Amino acid sequence: MDATTPLLEVEGLKVEFKTRRGIAKVLEGVTFNLEPGKTLGIVGESGCGKSMTALSIMRLVPIPPGRISAGSIRLKGEDLLQASEKRMRQVRGKDISMIFQEPMTSLNPVYSIGDQIAETVRVHEGLSRRAAFDRAVEMLKAVNIPAAEKRVNEFPHQMSGGMRQRVMIAMALACRPSVLIADEPTTALDVTVQAQVFDLLKELQEKTGTTIILITHDMGAIAEMADRVMVMYAGRAAEEATTEQILTAPKHPYTQGLIACVPHMADKPPPERPPLTEIPGVVPALTDLGSGCSFAPRCPHAMDHCHSQMPQPQELGGGHRVACWLYQEGAVA
Amino acid sequence: MKFLSVILQRLFYAAALLLAVIVFNFILLSLVPGDIADTLAGESGGASAEVMAEIRRSYGLDRPFYVQLGTYVAKVVQGDLGKSYYFNEPVINLILERVGPTLLLVVTALVMAILIGTLFGVIASKKPNGLFSHFVTVLALVGFSAPVFWTAFLLIVLFVAMLEIMPLSGLADPTTPRDTFAWYLDVAHHLILPVLSLSSIYLAQYSRLARASMMDILGSDFIRTARAKGLGDTAITYKHALRNAVIPVITIAGLQFSHIFSGAVVIETVFTWPGLGTLAFESILRGDTPTIMGILFFSAMIVVIVNLLTDLAYRIVDPRIRSARNA
Amino acid sequence: MADTEAPPTPMDDTEPVRIEHPVVEFLRMYLRNWAAIAGFLMFMAIVFAALFAPALLQRDPFEMVWMPFSPPGKDGYLLGTDNLGRDLLIAVIYGARATLAVGASAAGITIFIGITIGSLAGYYRGWVDEVLMRITEFFQVLPPLLLAMVLVSLFSPTLPTVAIAIGVVSWTGVARLARAEFMRIRELEFVKAARSIGSRDRRIIWRVILPNALPPLIVNAALTVGVAILFEAALSFLGLSDPNVMSWGKLIGDNRDYLLDAPWTVTMPGVAIFLTVLSVSLIGDGLNDAFNPRLRER
Repeated sequence: MDATTPLLEVEGLKVEFKTRRGIAKVLEGVTFNLEPGKTLGIVGESGCGKSMTALSIMRLVPIPPGRISAGSIRLKGEDLLQASEKRMRQVRGKDISMIFQEPMTSLNPVYSIGDQIAETVRVHEGLSRRAAFDRAVEMLKAVNIPAAEKRVNEFPHQMSGGMRQRVMIAMALACRPSVLIADEPTTALDVTVQAQVFDLLKELQEKTGTTIILITHDMGAIAEMADRVMVMYAGRAAEEATTEQILTAPKHPYTQGLIACVPHMADKPPPERPPLTEIPGVVPALTDLGSGCSFAPRCPHAMDHCHSQMPQPQELGGGHRVACWLYQEGAVA
Repeated sequence: MKFLSVILQRLFYAAALLLAVIVFNFILLSLVPGDIADTLAGESGGASAEVMAEIRRSYGLDRPFYVQLGTYVAKVVQGDLGKSYYFNEPVINLILERVGPTLLLVVTALVMAILIGTLFGVIASKKPNGLFSHFVTVLALVGFSAPVFWTAFLLIVLFVAMLEIMPLSGLADPTTPRDTFAWYLDVAHHLILPVLSLSSIYLAQYSRLARASMMDILGSDFIRTARAKGLGDTAITYKHALRNAVIPVITIAGLQFSHIFSGAVVIETVFTWPGLGTLAFESILRGDTPTIMGILFFSAMIVVIVNLLTDLAYRIVDPRIRSARNA
Repeated sequence: MADTEAPPTPMDDTEPVRIEHPVVEFLRMYLRNWAAIAGFLMFMAIVFAALFAPALLQRDPFEMVWMPFSPPGKDGYLLGTDNLGRDLLIAVIYGARATLAVGASAAGITIFIGITIGSLAGYYRGWVDEVLMRITEFFQVLPPLLLAMVLVSLFSPTLPTVAIAIGVVSWTGVARLARAEFMRIRELEFVKAARSIGSRDRRIIWRVILPNALPPLIVNAALTVGVAILFEAALSFLGLSDPNVMSWGKLIGDNRDYLLDAPWTVTMPGVAIFLTVLSVSLIGDGLNDAFNPRLRER
């Protein structure tokens, strides 16, 4: 496959949840492409749809109450939303893997970590017990777990959070998937361990060429890991661009706000950077989104028609896309 | 090595508990108004004070309390539970004759309750609002609320009186030659109704418990991980969830073993099952105190042994316990 | 699931929140549950029958009123007559008294011993906990019904003995629950606050921790009443209760030999036990749901 063909194309993805207050539109037309070997960062506040995007790709959205109502997710051309559940089971763990936020609870407490890594390999590659176990040891070595031969027989509760996250990574990469989705992989870890996990992910990506989707609310992690960034707000992509563009020239007021929230974004903060701020207000309820831009109530630049009409994503050149009236043709900036 | 020392520690605890039961038995006996002399004298229609004193001396009742206690403990530890007033035979022999049928009944009922209860719970948890799930809820309520002897009588009316496919009582038909294959089959046949009645209560409770714990576990993070690995429903339910869900069931079953044993006492009297329960009941009616106290001690011993085994089973199923206690 | 993007939206807390008195909320939750209401009404009906029917009926439940084994509904006896020609309906109504009285007082004893031991163990921890838990384990090892049988037979088969025996053999579950609750609550901030202003242990145990430990204990108390009633029934069924007092278990025990010929003599009093315990369990379930409204919603 040549380097510019997208590995994964997500288009117009819509997900709804039935709640007691009505239908919550969790995703409202999310579109993005994934280039092989690169890392896409997805950022946003809690509840913006980051994790739901990931779960949709895995087809793990709980149904009911959830429902994928529109869109397509094409992996190497195959639409996963049309695939059978049987086919999806082949895809999960083999073509697309996922690691989660909580390494403490994401491993089964009653099986050894070797069992759990070997299980993935046995399911997808039909290896013998022995061979699968050897692979488990090999993977533990690959994620830099010392004394892998010994630790392979240990149980999750005998390991620290950082170690468990390494085990999760080993498990996720055991079948050499083309896409790895990391959903806030370091949120539950100590700061020093966070850096180690990111270094490990980068190292493994260089070795294996795995494509990574990194879901986070940490702009620092984005700066370190991502090639491209998609900023999500209330179930939509507010802005999508290269990491450099996002960090140095954010266009969407929400992105600007996110970056202003983070201290020491670059090594040398530009002197004109505004002082550390916060974005006023909270994410709106997804059950009663009006017809206007969902960020408008919190936006410092909101104009009249921002409240009545939803801006569509606009290509600004150089792959920089933003959904904001400030940049729409004919609008007054 | 650590494991061994844990086992030793458990054994020590168990021995201490049993010692406490012996002491308790003795204290209970000494609290009871009247003693063996009164009983024997009562049976022979009265006796003079001298004879009474003689009897008391021969049974060691004239010696100080702590000496009597010491003698009693020493005897019990050596397996001497005294002589039955009624059979005039060592109590331990009576108990050993009867313990087999009781264990057969109790263990079969317990295993059935755990297996079927867990299975029901697992099925119900797949559709928390489905028909079967409601059935499990109702079953749990009914199982808890029905007195065990009444359940037994209802089963008798249905299977013995109306359908005539089950025997009414006993261990086996007396005409079947003992220890033949036909006899074992006959025992199994006779076992069905007692086991059904006894396990009904616990089956109901365990299915509800297993349902709740399965639902809890199916929503946990590691189940999501298992799905993300590409595992199918069967592997997720029976490999990843079940083993975790069965832990609380084993815990409760272990804790409740003495209750199941209690239930067996009632069930045995209903079905005239020749076990410890009928012996205990009949001995109480006969005022055969040594036998009663012997059975009380012996049942406590069985419960202690079962608790040890549960503890072991628990360690096998749950590695967290294994190392938590080892550490 | 530790999913930060759960569908319930973060705006929830910006809506005006109606603050309800906990008792009002509790009642509202309880009354939403028709099974719990049914259980409550059924239990009240049984209690009223036990309290007032004897005074209104003025009958002797032991009296032979008709020929034995008259089937239900025949000859004007709604539930039929038993082996001694006693009117089963009258016997069942009178039997409710002993069963409920023994059941309630045994449950009271159970709860009192259980909460006392559990709260002391859970609050003081250390050696107090060690000693009390060893005692608890001791009682868990003895088969409860067998021990109750032994106690009743060694002492005297009267209603108070039966109630005490049941209480003595069944408190361990309550003690464990109370201990766990006390251990959990004693670490909470408001208990530390109470301790920091110099409250005495006794005040902290009874006035600070106990009220907060009550919901699970109350639910458990309902179940305890059910279990105590079943115990009483089993003991009187085995003939280990006061022979001069009519009770449901005794009625079944008296008639058990005629089960195959006159099944109603055994099944009818059994229905009474079953319905009583069922009503108590329904109340217990209702209380549980009302105390934990979140559990219901899933």
